[in-house]
Amino acid sequence: MAENNYIVKLQNISVSFDSEQVLKDFSLGIKDKEFVTLLGPSGCGKTTTLRTIAGFVSPDSGDVLFDGKKINGVPAYKRQVNTIFQRYALFPNMNVYDNIAFGLAVKKVPKKEIRERVSEMLKMVNLQGFERRNVNSLSGGQQQRVAIARAVINRPKVLLLDEPLAALDLKMRKDMQVELKNIQKSLGITFVFVTHDQEEALAMSDTVVVMNDGVIQQIGTPQDIYNEPQNAFVADFIGESNILDGVMEKDFLVRFFGREFTCLDRGFEPNEPVDVVIRPEDVDIVPPQSGMLTGTVTSVTFMGVHYEIIIDIDGFKWMVQTTDEHHVDDSVGLVIEPDAIHIMHKSIYSGLYGDYSSFSDEMDTLSDPDSEEGEN
Amino acid sequence: MNKRTFGSRLVAAPYLVWSAIFVIVPLIMVVFYAFRDPSGRFTLQYIAELGRYGSTLLISLLYAFIATLICLLLSYPVAYFMSHRSQNVQKTMMLLVMLPMWMNFLIRTYSWITILSNTGVINTLLSNVGLGPVQLINTPGAVILGMVYNYIPYMILPIYSVMCKIDKPLLEAADDLGSGSFMKLRKIILPMSVPGIVSGITMVFVPAVSTFYISQKLGGGKTLLIGDAIESQFMSANNYNLGASLSLILMVLILISMFIMNRFADEDGGVLI
Repeated sequence: MAENNYIVKLQNISVSFDSEQVLKDFSLGIKDKEFVTLLGPSGCGKTTTLRTIAGFVSPDSGDVLFDGKKINGVPAYKRQVNTIFQRYALFPNMNVYDNIAFGLAVKKVPKKEIRERVSEMLKMVNLQGFERRNVNSLSGGQQQRVAIARAVINRPKVLLLDEPLAALDLKMRKDMQVELKNIQKSLGITFVFVTHDQEEALAMSDTVVVMNDGVIQQIGTPQDIYNEPQNAFVADFIGESNILDGVMEKDFLVRFFGREFTCLDRGFEPNEPVDVVIRPEDVDIVPPQSGMLTGTVTSVTFMGVHYEIIIDIDGFKWMVQTTDEHHVDDSVGLVIEPDAIHIMHKSIYSGLYGDYSSFSDEMDTLSDPDSEEGEN
Repeated sequence: MNKRTFGSRLVAAPYLVWSAIFVIVPLIMVVFYAFRDPSGRFTLQYIAELGRYGSTLLISLLYAFIATLICLLLSYPVAYFMSHRSQNVQKTMMLLVMLPMWMNFLIRTYSWITILSNTGVINTLLSNVGLGPVQLINTPGAVILGMVYNYIPYMILPIYSVMCKIDKPLLEAADDLGSGSFMKLRKIILPMSVPGIVSGITMVFVPAVSTFYISQKLGGGKTLLIGDAIESQFMSANNYNLGASLSLILMVLILISMFIMNRFADEDGGVLI
C-alpha cells in the first residue's frame, strides 16, 4: 500500500483550545527521509500540528499514525520522535555534556556508549571542547547546536523543529539553514520543520505545506509552491505577487485590465472568473508607447540587488522588481510575457491580497518573528 | 549623575536609619550584654554558663529540624500541584495557604489548644467512639504540630515560586527525550527547585528554632526550648546578660546553618534569600 511510504500520517485531525478550533479535519502524510516544512502565518496551526506529532497535544478527533501504527494514546516520552524547541529549552541546571547525554542517560544506556555518542554529536555540531560549559554561557547559535545534538543523539526517525532559527540573527540563520539541511541529509532521517519565514521554507525543504486557519492551502515542492500557487493566499504568502481579477476566456487566453493576454494555462471553464498572479520579477518595464499596460511610478525602493517599484495602473498598484532605475511620477509601460502569467481558480481568499496600496501594513504583519508566541 | 546618587541615597535613607536604630544597635547591645556582668565589666561568665543549656539547645535544634523536615515533605507536593494548575486554581490555593496568616498568631495557637486538649474537639470525638481520651496537648508532638502549622506557608511559597519559574518547554523537552514523570522530577524539577527549598528551609528553621510561645502553650512548659530559656532570662529572671549570651549563641548557630544552606544553593546557581 502507498501508506507504507509514510513515516508519519495525520488523518482527519481536529484540535481546539478553549473552543477555538486550531486544526480542522487536518490530514497530512509525511514521507520517510523527507524534509517537510509547515509554513504559515501566526496562528495557522503549524505548531499545533508539530505538537500533535510529538505527543504534547492530543487531538479531539482523528488519528496519528507512526510507521503505519496508530499512536494516539502513546505519551510523548515513548514516541520515536524528538523535538527542537523554539527557544531551545536546554536544561539550565546541566552543562553541555549532560544536556546532550540526557536522552541516553534516561534510557540507562551504558556510560561508555554515552560518552562516545556525545563526542560524536559534539563533532557533528562543531562544539568539541564545550562539554563542561554552562549552557547559559553559550551564544544563541551554540545553544541551537546543543539543542540539535541533544535531540539527534537519540537517533529519532523523525526530528521535529519548531521555528528553531527564529531567535538567531539573519547571518547566523542562513548558516544554520545550510547546516541543518546537511545534517538531515547525512543522518537520512525525516525532518518536520515549522516556520513562518517563506524564504527559509523555500531554501530548505523537499516539500512545503502551506497552512492557514488550520487548513492546508497547498502541498508541493518549493518550485511548485512558488510557480504554481493554488490560491491567492499562497500566492501572496510566498514571495511577492500582483494578484488581479481576470476572466479566462478560453484555454491560453485571459482577460484583465480590459485587455486580452496570452498565457500558458488551460482547463478552465469558458469565461470563468479567475485570479491572475504575476510575480514582480516577471514584469518588464518599457517606454509607455510600447507597453501592453501603462501607468505611473508612485514609489521606488532600493533593495540592493534590485529596485522595488510600485506602479499605479488605473488605480491598481503593481509591484515590479527591476535592476534599472526609475523615478517617481515617471510614466512607464509594462510588458507581460505569457509565461509570466499564472491563473488560479477563485477562492475564499480572492480579493484579499495582491494590491500594493497598503504595502507597508502588510509587511508588518508578515515579518514579525515574535508574533506567533509573544514574549515568554 | 551626582544628583541621582544623592536622590537614591535620600530614598534609601529612612530604611537605613531604621535598620541602624532597630537592627544594628540591638545586635551590638546583645553582644555587649553577653560579655558584661551586671556592673558593666567584661566577663566570660555568661558564655561559660551556656554549657548548662547544651541539652536545651540540642532539643530546640532537633524540634526545629523535625518541624522543618515535615514542612518540606508536606509543602513540596503541594507546591508542585499548585504550580501545575490553571491560574484560577493557583490563586484560590494561594489564598488558602495565606489565609491562616491573616489571623493573629496567638489566636491560631490558642485554637490548637481547644482542638488538642483532653476535653477538646478530637478527644471528645474519640471518646464518643470509645477510643479516647488520648494525651495530645502538652506533648512534643503538639509542639511540632504547632511549628508546622504556623510556619508551613513560609515553606510552600518559595518552593511554589521557583516551580512556577520552571519553563514549561523544559518539562516538554524532558518528556520528549524519553523521561517519564519520576525522571522529570528527579532530573529537572528537583534540581531546579533547590533555591526555593533552601529559602523555605531557612524561613521555617530560623523561627522554629527560636520559638517560645508554641512550646509554652502546646507543650505545657514540659519541653523547654532555647526560646523559652531566653524569654525567661529577660522576662522573669531579669538576667539580661545570660539572656543576651543565649541569644548570641542561637544567632551564631542560625548564621552557620544559613551559611551551609546557601552553599547548597550557590552550587546549583541562584539564591533566593
